[in-house]
Amino acid sequence: MTLWFVFALMTVAAIFAVLWPLSRNSSAQAGGSEAAVYKDQLAEIDRDVAAGLIGVSEAEAARVEISRRLLAAADSQHNLPARSSLGLRRASAIVALVGLPIAAVTFYLSLGSPQLGDFPLVSRTRTADANQPIDNMVAQVEAHLEKNPTDGRGWTVLAPVLARLGRYDDAVRAYRNAINYAGDSADHRSDLGEALAAAAGGVVTAEAKAEFERAVAQNADGPKANYFLGLAAEQDGRRADAAAIWRGLLAKAPADAPWRPLIEAALARVGDPAAPALSNDAMAAAKDMNEADRGAMIRGMVDRLATRLKQNGDDVEGWLRLMRAYMVMGERDKAASALTEARQAVANDTERLRQLNEGVKNLGLGG
Amino acid sequence: MIAEAGHYALVLALALALIQSTVPMLGARWGDQALMNVARSTALAQLLFAGASFTALTMLHVTSDFSVVNVFENSHSMKPLLYKITGVWGNHEGSMLLWVLILALFGGLVAAFGNNLPLSLRAHVLAVQGWIAAAFYLFILVTSNPFLRIASPPIEGRDLNPVLQDIGLAVHPPMLYLGYVGFSISFSFAVAALIEGRIDAAWARWVRPWTLVAWIFLTLGIAMGSYWAYYELGWGGWWFWDPVENASLMPWLAGTALLHSAVVMEKRNALKVWTILLSILTFSLSLLGTFLVRSGVLTSVHAFATDPARGVFILLILCLFIGGSLLLYAWRASTLKQGGLFAPISREGALVLNNLFLTTACATVFIGTLYPLALEVVTGDKISVGAPFFNLTFGPLFVPLLAAMPFGPMLAWKRGDLLGAAQRLTAAGIAALIVIAVLWAWTFGGATFAPLAIGLAVFVVAGAVSDLAERVGLFRIPLTIAVARARGLPRATWGTAFAHAGIGIALIGIVCETTWNTEYIGSMKPDHVAKVAGYQLKLDGVTQRQGPNFREMIAQFTVSRDGETLEVMTPSKRDFTTRGSSTTEAALLTRGASQLYVSLGETNAEGAIAVRIYHKPLVLLIWWGPVLMAFGGLLSLSDRRLRVGAPKPAKAARALQPAE
Repeated sequence: MTLWFVFALMTVAAIFAVLWPLSRNSSAQAGGSEAAVYKDQLAEIDRDVAAGLIGVSEAEAARVEISRRLLAAADSQHNLPARSSLGLRRASAIVALVGLPIAAVTFYLSLGSPQLGDFPLVSRTRTADANQPIDNMVAQVEAHLEKNPTDGRGWTVLAPVLARLGRYDDAVRAYRNAINYAGDSADHRSDLGEALAAAAGGVVTAEAKAEFERAVAQNADGPKANYFLGLAAEQDGRRADAAAIWRGLLAKAPADAPWRPLIEAALARVGDPAAPALSNDAMAAAKDMNEADRGAMIRGMVDRLATRLKQNGDDVEGWLRLMRAYMVMGERDKAASALTEARQAVANDTERLRQLNEGVKNLGLGG
Repeated sequence: MIAEAGHYALVLALALALIQSTVPMLGARWGDQALMNVARSTALAQLLFAGASFTALTMLHVTSDFSVVNVFENSHSMKPLLYKITGVWGNHEGSMLLWVLILALFGGLVAAFGNNLPLSLRAHVLAVQGWIAAAFYLFILVTSNPFLRIASPPIEGRDLNPVLQDIGLAVHPPMLYLGYVGFSISFSFAVAALIEGRIDAAWARWVRPWTLVAWIFLTLGIAMGSYWAYYELGWGGWWFWDPVENASLMPWLAGTALLHSAVVMEKRNALKVWTILLSILTFSLSLLGTFLVRSGVLTSVHAFATDPARGVFILLILCLFIGGSLLLYAWRASTLKQGGLFAPISREGALVLNNLFLTTACATVFIGTLYPLALEVVTGDKISVGAPFFNLTFGPLFVPLLAAMPFGPMLAWKRGDLLGAAQRLTAAGIAALIVIAVLWAWTFGGATFAPLAIGLAVFVVAGAVSDLAERVGLFRIPLTIAVARARGLPRATWGTAFAHAGIGIALIGIVCETTWNTEYIGSMKPDHVAKVAGYQLKLDGVTQRQGPNFREMIAQFTVSRDGETLEVMTPSKRDFTTRGSSTTEAALLTRGASQLYVSLGETNAEGAIAVRIYHKPLVLLIWWGPVLMAFGGLLSLSDRRLRVGAPKPAKAARALQPAE
């Protein structure tokens, strides 16, 4: 309600600014005239001569010039009689009284949000409670870590939340800080690798792979690191290696490990002939696939990769993988057209273009 | 409520600007005083509402109200208070709001202090201001509204671009805008004169001080921006011929020409058509600058956001005002009464020459800036026009201009004596020759042009000094009388001398910095010593520090010369987490007018840090020059006398030399 009161007050002030001069009948000739300036200039010459700034003869010449202009100005001064056109004044007053408020309020309502109050930060942080959205809590933790960047525990807590929120780049930074300040561990390394892979759109990049390898170096049996190392092998086209890694993982895994089905499905994906006997439904389904179905499944994966690269063409490794896949499937034309697209996609980035050309050399695509 | 009240105030300002742009015009047409006076009260009320709107946005930024999109996108609760305030104009929407606030301020000043203007002239001027204001209010409200809200506000903002979190930003944009927008007054006066079909002495008496105010601020704004680029961007460069810099240089060149012809017009009633044309051109170039910077045509620090709708809208405003005013000029300029006559060799003639050189220089910058853009639009080719082009075109135009500059003030009004002026400049010429000879001998085998350029600069400075000496009769009359005369000299004369000397001083700085700059670029480990221009810089160590909203890596250098320790320099690199970007904070050691400049690069794997060290001789003169020029302008502005140019009588009287 106060808002509308303030609006009304402001509108009245604006209307008043227009109506006030209309109501006053200033009969006295306001404003200066040309002749006044010349008279001032003549006076100024007298002062300059008195101060010795200009010589007498120059002063005389200047006086002659200015007087000539003064006469001309006085001649041409056809003093307009101060007329008052009542009709126009009334029209202006009506515009101010009616048009101005209507136009202003209509225009404002189409843009503004009068129903929203103010949200100064001070009053909001005070009312913060457990029900506030997760974003706000994350922001508070981030603010805390901004001030205490060496709080390893804080980073450890924050990192998985960031990863779940989809802020992968921030999660990567948070995991790195957690490793720096809370100590290195296989879990942290593999989480970091996972965040890196997520940030790259699911591709296990060389950087991510390095993290998983570090994790495995500390704990050879870590399921996450091993799974992703297998995935990296699969994405590189080394299916046998992938299958070997995953089989090793399954062999050591406890029977009730929750991630068993995932690994088994992955094994089925790479078409591992020696998939373990104990299989769940998904596994069975994959096993029952005939050659055609399996081919369709692979083709589906390749198509998904191609679509993703169309949307985001920065990923040189992805392009190389796609071309390799086409080559394996014997579709040379598609590989060649993928190469053209890839070159266009990274054309603006010389570093990536160089990487691409290096990779293509090994493909035997020729050109 | 603050946000919505600010929003509504902006809408009311638009409504008032629309009334201000129509009612007074009708009043002037029908000779109704009350209607003409509406211009005055609406201009003042418009200033009030624009001010309220800007205050509201500032309060929202200070209280970190993230329910406002503009605050959310450009602020952060942990920013220091100063940067919360400067962040108001550190973004597109807020800076446009500052733009219209300054426009309203100038309109309000004309309304408040324009009592001695003819009534119809004042009404027309304020109406034209109203058109400009209405166009920009509409632009802000429709395409870049700073008061848009978020229904469920986030708890933290996205922070201001770290490069802009600097004291330079607190000062540079308001200064520059005061300059840009200040030229709107002379534009409005010019358009009003064209509409009225007459231009008189009161007109000229008003235009000069307003142009001077705008010019002072623009000079300081450009110098400030250049110094900011020098210390904040970490490359030690102070002018890049970047399109955004050119966008501010063009109005400055045209505005300098305008300033000079406005003086002629006030004093001698001549160069009327020049003054009108330059008024239109100067403000048009200011608008063009706004378009280039704000439309996203160029990507730079200044292009906060790119949105085609904004570009198209500003382009429309641009076409409307520039096209409209030039059409009006073509149609009406011939009806203006011609002013006083003068011989080619006279002070007026010298100023026409000055105008020609400045506008041509402005045209070369214009071509160099817009040609690549036009080419890209037409053929899609990207070319960049850089320093070589401008050095080859702008340079040759400025050399004769500077060489001729000391002669101008020496010539008498109406008919001058070139030989006499040359005689009086003998001392300055000799000084310049001596400097050239000494420099040549000293830097034998070095740069050829540098001593010549410095000689030219010395000639300019010495010319300004000998003009003063000539006027007070130094060495011709007893010293006490000369001092008394110097004290009695009009401040405008002192102002001219300071401003002209400022150009020479800046030129010395530019030549020295570009010719004798020495640099060291390499990576250093703790306890390494770098030697630059006789200074030894020892890297003591690197430490980390936590700032309010950034982390900082500080390197400490001990600077010594000839075994004597001078000072400790601490360049740093700041990482801003929220934006995920970093800035380099260069460390500067000032010795006289020269500076030692250290900035940090990346740390490599072995713990060595990339360091750039420059020794820049006399670099500070580059900015002292413009400051001196602005000071000269201020002196001239403070001189409240009327300007009368006494002509040299046809039959010369031998007794006295013309002094003014």
